[in-house]
Amino acid sequence: MSRHRVKNIGYDDEDYSDDGYDSPDPEEQEHLQRCTQDVLSQLRAGQPSVTASKEEVQEALWHYYNDVEKSVSYLRGKKEKEIKKQQTPAVSQKNKAQVPMYPAPISPPIAHFSAADFFRDSPWLNIPSHRKADILVQPLYPRMGLLGGAPEAGGKVSKLAALAAARKQKEGNKVSSPPEASQAEQSEKPSTEQKVSLRDRLAASKSAKPAEGLGGLRRLAKPVPATPPAQKPVSPEPVKAAPDVASEPVEQIEEATSAKIEPKIEPKLPAAEIRASPSMFASAIVGNQSGPTRAEPSHIPSQNVDLLQIYGQDHTEPFDFAGPSPDDVVLNAQNTAKGFKSKTPASKTGGDKKGQADLAGGINNLSVEEKVAVKSKNLDVLAEYNKSTRKKSANFVVIGHVDAGKSTLMGRLLADQGAIDQRTLDKYRKEAEKIGKGSFALAWVLDQGSEERARGVTIDIATNQFETDTTAFTIVDAPGHRDFVPNMIAGASQADFAVLVIDSSVGKFESGLKGQTKEHALLVRSMGVQKIVVAVNKMDTVQWDKSRFEEIQQQISSFLTTAGFQEKNISFVPCSGVLGDNISRRSEDPHASWYAGQTLIEELETSEPSTHALDKPLRMTIGDVFRGGVQNPISISGRLDAGSLQVGDQILTMPSGETALIRSLEVDGQTSDWAVAGQNVVLNLANIDPAHLRSGDVVCRSSSPIPTITSFTTKVLAFEHLMPMLVDVHRGRLHVPGRISKLVATLDKASGAPIKKRPKIVAPGTVARVVVEMDTAVPLEAPTRIVLRTGGSTVAAGLLE
Amino acid sequence: MRLVKNKIEHDGSGTVTLFPEEPEDMWHAYNLIRPGDLLRASAIRRVTTTQDTGSTSSARVHLNLEIRVKNLDFDPQSSQLHVSGQIVNETAHTKIGQFHTLDLELNRNFTLEKDVGSDGEGVGWDSIAVEMLKDAVDEGGKRRAEAVAVVMQEGLAHICFIGQFQTILKQKIEMSVPRKRQGGGDHDKGMGKFFKVTLETLLRQMEFNTSITSGSNNETVRPILLASPGFVATGFHKYIQTEASTTPALRRLLSSVVVVHSASGYTNSLSEVLQSPAVKTLLADTKYARETKLMDDFMDQLRKETNKATYGPREVESAVDQGAVGRGGGVLIVSNRLFRSQNIAERKRWVGLVDRVRDVEGGEVRILSSDHESGKRLEGLGGIAALLTFPVGDDDFDSDEDA
Repeated sequence: MSRHRVKNIGYDDEDYSDDGYDSPDPEEQEHLQRCTQDVLSQLRAGQPSVTASKEEVQEALWHYYNDVEKSVSYLRGKKEKEIKKQQTPAVSQKNKAQVPMYPAPISPPIAHFSAADFFRDSPWLNIPSHRKADILVQPLYPRMGLLGGAPEAGGKVSKLAALAAARKQKEGNKVSSPPEASQAEQSEKPSTEQKVSLRDRLAASKSAKPAEGLGGLRRLAKPVPATPPAQKPVSPEPVKAAPDVASEPVEQIEEATSAKIEPKIEPKLPAAEIRASPSMFASAIVGNQSGPTRAEPSHIPSQNVDLLQIYGQDHTEPFDFAGPSPDDVVLNAQNTAKGFKSKTPASKTGGDKKGQADLAGGINNLSVEEKVAVKSKNLDVLAEYNKSTRKKSANFVVIGHVDAGKSTLMGRLLADQGAIDQRTLDKYRKEAEKIGKGSFALAWVLDQGSEERARGVTIDIATNQFETDTTAFTIVDAPGHRDFVPNMIAGASQADFAVLVIDSSVGKFESGLKGQTKEHALLVRSMGVQKIVVAVNKMDTVQWDKSRFEEIQQQISSFLTTAGFQEKNISFVPCSGVLGDNISRRSEDPHASWYAGQTLIEELETSEPSTHALDKPLRMTIGDVFRGGVQNPISISGRLDAGSLQVGDQILTMPSGETALIRSLEVDGQTSDWAVAGQNVVLNLANIDPAHLRSGDVVCRSSSPIPTITSFTTKVLAFEHLMPMLVDVHRGRLHVPGRISKLVATLDKASGAPIKKRPKIVAPGTVARVVVEMDTAVPLEAPTRIVLRTGGSTVAAGLLE
Repeated sequence: MRLVKNKIEHDGSGTVTLFPEEPEDMWHAYNLIRPGDLLRASAIRRVTTTQDTGSTSSARVHLNLEIRVKNLDFDPQSSQLHVSGQIVNETAHTKIGQFHTLDLELNRNFTLEKDVGSDGEGVGWDSIAVEMLKDAVDEGGKRRAEAVAVVMQEGLAHICFIGQFQTILKQKIEMSVPRKRQGGGDHDKGMGKFFKVTLETLLRQMEFNTSITSGSNNETVRPILLASPGFVATGFHKYIQTEASTTPALRRLLSSVVVVHSASGYTNSLSEVLQSPAVKTLLADTKYARETKLMDDFMDQLRKETNKATYGPREVESAVDQGAVGRGGGVLIVSNRLFRSQNIAERKRWVGLVDRVRDVEGGEVRILSSDHESGKRLEGLGGIAALLTFPVGDDDFDSDEDA
């Protein structure tokens, strides 16, 4: 509909501009005439010896600012169409003949002028009036041309020629003289042909004229154009034409005389009317839309001309109705009280109103954000969950010092488990070798960021899924670099157990132990991870030295036990991520034959399914806010900490306090209707502005919202000296600045009883109760595990009280 | 700030006429002016007059008003100081006792009078005030060492202006940058957008002219410290470089950019930025660099648990009583917030302590600006701390605290 309207606007404007333009510039018209003669003579001299109607020539001249050469070349290409064009002027005359009948004729020009003025503001209308007029006219023609023209062009070129010949004859009789007369008399275009035809028409009954001159032409031409539009659904224009046709009958009756005589003509006329009337509205209401349509024709004159020529008849029709339609509109508006309208105006106004209503509706749709309503299935999620027969699922985080080979190890794991296909792997390998980092190919499976690949360092956590026969695993690959520990904390908060990767090569293990091997292990422990699998990686670089493995095993296990891991929850696997030894398959290296234990994958499968607080109120920390695609403009991802949710649920995000609707959700990459605690989900949201969503925010329900607080008391294990100082508070993705404002007491590790109140400083390794204040309110509630860091190192981890 | 006239008497009373020249001078004024002082400055006051007929007319009149200060309101972002109080001088348009809020303006003299009162109930120009005055009056004219620090992390940037006495957080930029995802290129796009916004904001805050014509003027650009964990700052630096290829004016900026490491994108990590070797060479011996160093030393000492460092009002006073903050390494570190106290007795307490340490004990006194990063750390410790010459057991203080 909208398109239709826009085009109609174009038509109206044409009409207006024609009227307005012609009357003011008689001199120009004279000049035009001269040029027209030149062009015509040149055209005849030319190879196809085109017979172009004066009007068409003039149009071309207007287009090219009276540049004869250009217009000649331009016209030549359109010779076939020119013939039709000659007809069009005749039709236009007809329109004008009608105009006097209506009370409106005087007013329409005004309307045209005003419209022109109105649009003059727009930059594209800074075009000389001549040109404008042309542009306006053309859009009309093109459409009609497109409708009928395309089919014709395909197979009926010969018909066109025939049409042209017929038209020439007719013109010779009637049309040729009218244009001249029209120039002098009417406000219409300078072409004399038009005028004559007009007069003729006036003299005779309206119907007679069309019947004689146009009618014959139309009969010839019409069958071709009329049917093609309807037949051609592919092109947009035919579609537009269809509605017009529907309205035709009404118009016919109204027009009375002319309509009866020539049914074929009439249908087209109504179509033109309809087009015209919407254009008024559109031009008045939506200035921009009309502008482009005009501008386009000017840019692509050739197309327009073709269309015009082919559909000279159509052109005439629009004219008929276009003239009255603006008049009608104005008159109706002005004279409603008088009851002065003719039938045609009335019909037009009706169309206009309709158009208005449509427009208004359209505007409403635009301005008011659509509230998406998603129907909830009102599932009993817990029941569904119990019914479901999913494999047991486990999340594990891969931790360790930087360059221990975490990403590569996991890349290997994914490749071996078929979670990543060989082709992709080969692609990575090739690309990695191209930048001289061939050994990083496996890591690229997880290191998807361009920066990560360029630097060969994991920066942010990556999650990936793979399945074994018994378990669906979710890997959370954490960065090892100390600068990205916050990201690692986010990853660890999603984990059920941890895989600690250790670089067994000489020197690396030792430096790792001082570095993030230790920090990470402490962090995962303090975040509640019980089970840890130690992958002693890069064993190939030490020739699978058993003593090296045992040395590492001994040191690490002693450290882990002091960190709070139970002996039975610690297991060691010597492996090689690059070669894939002892990952999914046993090592075939003879040096490694001493190891008879489980492979890494077997070790992973022994993990106990962890239990989650399914029946608690919903809590989910947003891990990422992103645009999921065209369908899902706002998506968030994260792991459900507690509770459950389903599609259609209303959720509340804190601390913004905004509500959102779950449009759809994915669990582990699979679309699902519901999700429960422990699952990694992607929520596609609706009815919320992304500005209210940040990673680290918490999703909950408005019935049991998570409180936002600015200070809290926490019982922490100090890793470094604690004193009143500035710290960063971490909880999953949540990362806010704060400060320890008060050291309440140091506590006994076992009993938790206060040992010393108000200590000046808390020594590393002691448990203390401290008060932490933050500048901004953050969503935190007890019991939550938090990590305090300062200056890039972890100073304490503990439990909110 | 220029000292126009100085008439401070020996007894601590007297007047000073000052001429503020730059925004930071307002901060000094904020520290100098205390409730109870007399402040004379030019003012614009809307005066409403009522005719006999009852009709009213109001007009704005320029006046020189003297007020007795009741309240100070300082806006560090825009460096504006509003001082409210009661008018004490009579003018044609005002009565004594009417309230007025003076907005101190740059490049306009103001006169500050402090009196000690007949019974010494006022504080007058005590040693701290005189010292602050000295700080405020820029004698050498070399107080210009300033830097702009952009502390950032993914999707978060703080643009801070580091001045001699204040660190002003000019703007915080927060954007949601999509994390890396499987097959998603949103992260890079998000970072590009984030850099763009950050650079635009930085240039706006610095009032940096990027037009082509600006290349001719050779105004010096302040050092710009880009700090972040990981590669964000490096990436931002690279982004400025690529931008500079299309915007030549940015090249002037590039020469003064220093990339340093910080632990996070929050202002907490400014101290780390200021302590980084690259910045130290750049801003050697500026006041805030010294202050940050001092606080680090103190923290180190505290960490060593040698009991040669203590903090908190009571603990420090007790240490001073024991003579531990004296010659040979005793340093008293005080936040200037303590001297801003409304309570005269409170101020006298701290001024007395400072005087005592400096004059009697022979220790060193360092007054840190509470508007600096180091000062904020000191605030966390109660606003006062001390490095001691000998260990002082802290058990006593515990009992003190509990009592």
